[in-house]
Amino acid sequence: MKKFFLRPGVQWLLVLLLLASRSAGPLYAQPSSDANFLAKLGELRDASFEDKDKIVDQLVQSGHPNARAVLTGLLEDRLYSRNSDMKVFLVKSAAGENTATLDLIDPVTLKGAGPTSVDDLTKIGTNNHLRRVLQTTLARFGLSSTDPSVRLDAVRSMEKDLDEGNVKLLRDRSAVETNSRVKDEIDTGLALAALDGSDAQARLAAISTLRHSIRQDVLNKLQGLGEKSPDGTFVEGDEHVRQAAAAAVKSISRMRTFYGGLETLFFGLSLGSVLVLIAIGLAITFGVMGVINMAHGELMMLGAYTTYVVQVAMPNHTETSILAAIPAAFIVAGLMGILIERTIIRFLYGRPLETLLATFGVSLILQQLVRSIFSALNRSVITPNWMSGTLQVNDALSITYNRLYIVVFTLIVFAGLLVILRRTRVGLQIRAVSQNRAMAKAMGIRSEWVDAMTFGLGSGIAGVAGVALSQLTNVNPNLGQSYIIDSFMVVVFGGVGNLWGSMVGGMSMGVVNELLEPYAGAVLAKIFVLIALILFIQRRPRGLFPPTGRASEN
Amino acid sequence: MPQQYTLWISARKDSGTAWFLGALALIAVVVPILNLVVPPSSAFHISAYGLTLVGKYLCYALLALSVDLIWGYCGILSLGQAAFFSLGGYAMGMYLMREIGPRGVYGNPVLPDFMVFLNYKSLPWFWHGFNHFGFALLMMLLAPGLLAFAFGWFAFRSRVTGVYLSIITQALTYALMLAFFRNDMGFGGNNGFTDFKDILGFDLHSEKVHVFLLLITAFVLAGSYLLCRMVVSSRAGRVIRAIRDAESRTRFLGYRVESYKLWVFVLSSVLAGIAGALYVPQIGIINPSEFSPINSIEVVIWVAMGGRGTLYGAALGAILVNYAKTYFTSTIPEAWNYALGALFVLVTLFLPRGIIGLVSGREKKRGPVAQLQAQAEQAERAKE
Repeated sequence: MKKFFLRPGVQWLLVLLLLASRSAGPLYAQPSSDANFLAKLGELRDASFEDKDKIVDQLVQSGHPNARAVLTGLLEDRLYSRNSDMKVFLVKSAAGENTATLDLIDPVTLKGAGPTSVDDLTKIGTNNHLRRVLQTTLARFGLSSTDPSVRLDAVRSMEKDLDEGNVKLLRDRSAVETNSRVKDEIDTGLALAALDGSDAQARLAAISTLRHSIRQDVLNKLQGLGEKSPDGTFVEGDEHVRQAAAAAVKSISRMRTFYGGLETLFFGLSLGSVLVLIAIGLAITFGVMGVINMAHGELMMLGAYTTYVVQVAMPNHTETSILAAIPAAFIVAGLMGILIERTIIRFLYGRPLETLLATFGVSLILQQLVRSIFSALNRSVITPNWMSGTLQVNDALSITYNRLYIVVFTLIVFAGLLVILRRTRVGLQIRAVSQNRAMAKAMGIRSEWVDAMTFGLGSGIAGVAGVALSQLTNVNPNLGQSYIIDSFMVVVFGGVGNLWGSMVGGMSMGVVNELLEPYAGAVLAKIFVLIALILFIQRRPRGLFPPTGRASEN
Repeated sequence: MPQQYTLWISARKDSGTAWFLGALALIAVVVPILNLVVPPSSAFHISAYGLTLVGKYLCYALLALSVDLIWGYCGILSLGQAAFFSLGGYAMGMYLMREIGPRGVYGNPVLPDFMVFLNYKSLPWFWHGFNHFGFALLMMLLAPGLLAFAFGWFAFRSRVTGVYLSIITQALTYALMLAFFRNDMGFGGNNGFTDFKDILGFDLHSEKVHVFLLLITAFVLAGSYLLCRMVVSSRAGRVIRAIRDAESRTRFLGYRVESYKLWVFVLSSVLAGIAGALYVPQIGIINPSEFSPINSIEVVIWVAMGGRGTLYGAALGAILVNYAKTYFTSTIPEAWNYALGALFVLVTLFLPRGIIGLVSGREKKRGPVAQLQAQAEQAERAKE
């Protein structure tokens, strides 16, 4: 927007366009002097709302390059009059409750004019009607912006108020518009206007344009055509138009359902990604080593707290600290895992129920440790700007960036884990030891060292999952507890010892959960998924992809 | 060993049982006297709070007994015992809620307060009948029993064993907890049931009633103990232990392993349900957090601490750990989680047979249970 102010040439084009479109206005605007502009602004202070309306009109017609800036200021409550000399100024930001001084901006030069106490300023007020006028006026300015997204916004805001003037503006713009998205939007707007016209042929043509739109407001408008007014006649008099409208409604609804389905699928995949992420570390410790690691959730919690600590340690890099947290969390959780393995788990191999109890004890200790160090309160982990926001694919399908990133992140972690297990020396040794410990030892593999590395790897992945969880939930000492059962269910569902099983299992759990959610609500959907899983495991105790071969016999 | 295991023989042959029943009788005599007879000014007086605590410990001992039966003797680590305990508790709670009648805050003669608050127009179907104590009593046994039966029927027939069974019982508990937390389930949501007035017309605020409840709990605990003892020392009990130590071999010998497991599982769940039903009127509240999976795991550590596969060890462990919990949480609360965590680790690593194993290690080696355990340990070592 700022860029826009600095280009008076463009401004001129716009004003010419504006004036050409207004039959009542003079054909050519004379370049008005700054003095005239200031005088008009000065009138705003004591004018009634009705007069302000006229002044706004005159300001637009004056063609002054700063008219838009001033009108935007007026709309945003940033236009003030100084009591001492009755001069009108813009201020940098609207006044809050406790603001004592405001930074003034000169309306002619657009340069700072120093701070002034609020007591010396009188705000130039607006009412609903005036604000509507201002919005439309500003939209007209926007229509000739060089930035297509500004033009698009302008068209959208003009569609809300399709009076004759706006329609004419849109029609004129349509002839010269080069950007296809803006052009489509203009066509939709014109078609919406044409629906209210008296020519049945035009209305039919409008409907054939609109049937390709998938917007909710278009759908509502078309549905309205098929309804009856209170006196029993149809809103739309023409039979053909009504039929065309009904067909268009059907087609639009179908498209919206399709995109809605896509959105649900995506939500499901992103939820599934979380499940996969929290489960693949466990797929290593439980699936490969047969250890029931109840402290898995607490290792994720350590990862989340590492994210917090890294963020506090890098106060000037909030946007990138989360990236630095990923290796840090891997190392912290991995080392903790190796510590647990060396001190406790190595005495309990082959006795899974005992590992369950011992690691549960570890989880209690870790929780209390974190509670003692960081307190039981939630720690806030900042979401970097590049992770917030929405990717608007079209009117019926929008994807939030954090969901998108979690899917991508899970895929990267999963691929990384596969590479480690399949392509590295450690991975080879891990697989060898899990398949036949005695033989692996005979081949010179230090099986104890491999045990520690395997557990460390699984724990490290848990820590990395914790980094992702820090973006999704509150970071507190109980974070791990709420995920531990889910992660076990994913691993058992997918088939113990099978990474791809965990992947497919987690993703399908996520999708099913999202599919059920609109009908059952979040909690009931989760309960249904859990019960379905219990029933599934009772039918197939070894999961979706049961382990095969000699290793699965014992 | 005789087939009919009478109390007399058990007391003579089994010193642990004698000690346990003796200690229980002592509690049942001394605690009421200290509460009712000894004046409050005396240092030996047990307050109403102390009375509730002892009652709570006895309920937990019964719960631990149920875990020892299924885990210590049959080798099934069920993490659903807290769910059965809570179901029994909820059945009792429903009776107590109906018993309040028109004395609630809203004064509705039929609907409990929380239903009025949540705009219920009429009583949900599953609340009917709970105004009769007999029906409620039946449900205290049936609710956990039927759930365990249905669950075990499928699980044991599909040969879901070991850690898989632990995980799905835990998932079941978790699902139930989520369900009971919902307001529209008709069980009071996360507030659960509380503000009970009386039981069978006896005022729950009176200490005498609490003494009476304590006596009943002690009596039921003793009865359940003898029942469990009878089960584990019967012929079926030996099959159950054989299943624990070598499931496939037992199956090959022609025993219906699934049926034995199922009946032990159901019996254990019913015992847990009774424990919950006795717990609620003494504590005065039941809410969904009783379902939380951590509770089930905690019971397991009581049993492991006391000594699994002995029954009295489980009860001893439950009482000791819970006494320690009460003590720590009132004096140094943050130390309790460290202590409990360390207990889990240390007992698993260094005390596989618990305190009982520590105390009577030499003596026990001669008994049949210990012989089987020693065999099992050997087998496990061989497996590695």
